Amino acid sequence: MNRIHVLVLAMVLAAASGCSDDKKAAASGKVSVVIGSVAPLTGGIAHLGKDNENGARLAIEEANAAGAKLDGKDVVFDLISFDDQADPKVGTTVAQKLVDTKVAGVVGHLNSGVTIPASAVYNGASPPIPMITGSATNPKVTEQGFKNVFRVVGRDDQQGPAIANYLAATVKPKLAAVIDDATAYGEGLANEVEKTLTAAGVKVLPRERGSDKTTDWKAVLTKVKGSSPDAVFYGGMDATGGPLLRQGRELGLKAIFSFGDGACTDNMKQLAGEASDGLLCSQAGIPPQAASKKFLDAYKKRFNIDPILYSPFTYDATNLLIEAMKKANSADPAKYLPELQKIDHAGATGRIVFDAKGDRSDAEMTIFTMKAGKLLPIAIIKSGKTVAYEDFVAQAKK
Amino acid sequence: MDIFIQQLINGLTLGAVYAVVALGYTMVYGIIQLINFAHGEVVMVGAMVAYSVIGVLAPAGLPPLAVVLIATGCAIPVCMLIGYAMERAAYRPLRGAPRLAPLITAIGISIILQHVAMMIWSRNPLAFPQIIKVESYSIGGATITSVQIAIIAISILMMAGLAALVYRTKLGTAMRATAHNPQVAGLMGIDANRIIALTFVIGAALAAVAGVMVASYYGIAHYTMGSQLGLKAFCAAVLGGIGNVPGAMLGGVLLGVVEALGAGYIGDLTGNVFGSNYQDVFAFIVLIGVLVLRPSGLLGERVGDRA
Repeated sequence: MNRIHVLVLAMVLAAASGCSDDKKAAASGKVSVVIGSVAPLTGGIAHLGKDNENGARLAIEEANAAGAKLDGKDVVFDLISFDDQADPKVGTTVAQKLVDTKVAGVVGHLNSGVTIPASAVYNGASPPIPMITGSATNPKVTEQGFKNVFRVVGRDDQQGPAIANYLAATVKPKLAAVIDDATAYGEGLANEVEKTLTAAGVKVLPRERGSDKTTDWKAVLTKVKGSSPDAVFYGGMDATGGPLLRQGRELGLKAIFSFGDGACTDNMKQLAGEASDGLLCSQAGIPPQAASKKFLDAYKKRFNIDPILYSPFTYDATNLLIEAMKKANSADPAKYLPELQKIDHAGATGRIVFDAKGDRSDAEMTIFTMKAGKLLPIAIIKSGKTVAYEDFVAQAKK
Repeated sequence: MDIFIQQLINGLTLGAVYAVVALGYTMVYGIIQLINFAHGEVVMVGAMVAYSVIGVLAPAGLPPLAVVLIATGCAIPVCMLIGYAMERAAYRPLRGAPRLAPLITAIGISIILQHVAMMIWSRNPLAFPQIIKVESYSIGGATITSVQIAIIAISILMMAGLAALVYRTKLGTAMRATAHNPQVAGLMGIDANRIIALTFVIGAALAAVAGVMVASYYGIAHYTMGSQLGLKAFCAAVLGGIGNVPGAMLGGVLLGVVEALGAGYIGDLTGNVFGSNYQDVFAFIVLIGVLVLRPSGLLGERVGDRA
């Protein structure tokens, strides 16, 4: 009851602010182009949602300050921001609301689980409304054959090769064990890692599996320990990865442990305790501190805080929409969509080019290590090349 | 060989926990022929209460061992209370009802306890603080941790204590008399309802300790952790002969060892067609095997006419 109440209120407020902007624009003799931002603004990850919205807002304010003309008329870009509560049901509702308000483009959503059903709503509009997510990494987002769906971060299935190559190059294991939690995510990731490790000449032990509820890894790890591998990769979430890591160390397993992004979280410190030290893990995208200096400074100046996670990506996503409109000289989705597909943009997160599916070509992956309970970025992997994190940041600052 | 010893140690630790939980099932079954499916949730509540208490006390600077003991000391009465309450509310009113009715309320209680725990302690896996430093010792190439030693030792102590209670005290005699024939026991001046309630309370106290042990062993607590553990312990109780106290102990330890060895060697034995993710299946294979081949369990004799 309460939730619905808040949602309705949020919608009314957002719609009201959209209206007032329209009037303002009309009064100044400019045409309004509305861009929608959707992210969870309430709930457990509201801070991440606000960060996403801030990225989009910054891009729009900069574009308006610079001034823009489409089809001979002065335009002003307006942002309307909706709360999808990280809930697929709410997500499709607000997506429909955005379609009904005839927004020119959408930046969002934050979660893969919300983005996938919402993308169908944008695709179903006529003409389909371009949508760029700055944070949804599930491969399925761009595997639905929707021409209007884009993403500026990496995919989960680019992550396996990235972490495996990093392992092969730096740890140089002779023998590796790959374990997964028998879920679509964990097994998929583990398969990619195994393939890449084998290709790099690393011998991989027969796959061991648990489940997404397994907390007793002792039998599996004892068996693994019998072959004394130099590296262990686990495809799964932090709730199972933490006990796995801790029990591995208790059994005296000396191997380097590595996880994918599901277990690349700050929770590992609590879940695995001291055993988490030295863990290697990967995440899609780059840490916000590695974004361009221009963006970091502008964000800090405008919002008085540092970017939290995905705002460099939503900033780039918004700029992509604006740039494509300028190139097509129109805010009509049907007209500027082709421009978006062939765009080549130098953004806060580096150069952005889309492939045929709408995925970013050469998306970055970041490798982290856990040191004294903190995740520290150590390397960025882009188009198969590994760059030390410091060098990458130094380059971005130039 | 060292791998074999290691799997054996893993299995014994797991088995000790199963045995303690299985006791709760078997005592209740022995006395009122009810399978208390909510028993696993009592284990979970024990772990959760201890988690909260440790969270409050750990920063206070008390010695870690004292904190864990106080936490267990808080978990035990809470679980005893839950054990008593569920007997009073869900089972006693159905004492004369058909068998199926209390079985259904047992499942209902289990669902209620899980969801209340979810509301209190959230749906996230909780990192159970391991405040006592874990030491590892080496035995013939295998390692055994201080936590494993503690679990095995505490389990043996509790089982011995329970055996003494059941076979050496007046209360134990009353429990056995009630199990044998509640009506006649009543005629002898035994308050059967009180004895039944006490059985639940004792089982719940054991479950509380098991909850703390299992959570500190794996370093994780979750509101669903009790259901799987409860089912395994139930299998252990059936394996040993449900209703039979020494049987539950034997069944628990055996099941733990079978699981660990099974998970460790199934891959090698089947050429990796079946992997270690079949670990959880062994308990149920054992359950089916026992029911088909020896329905009264390893040590059960009198069960045939009861089941």
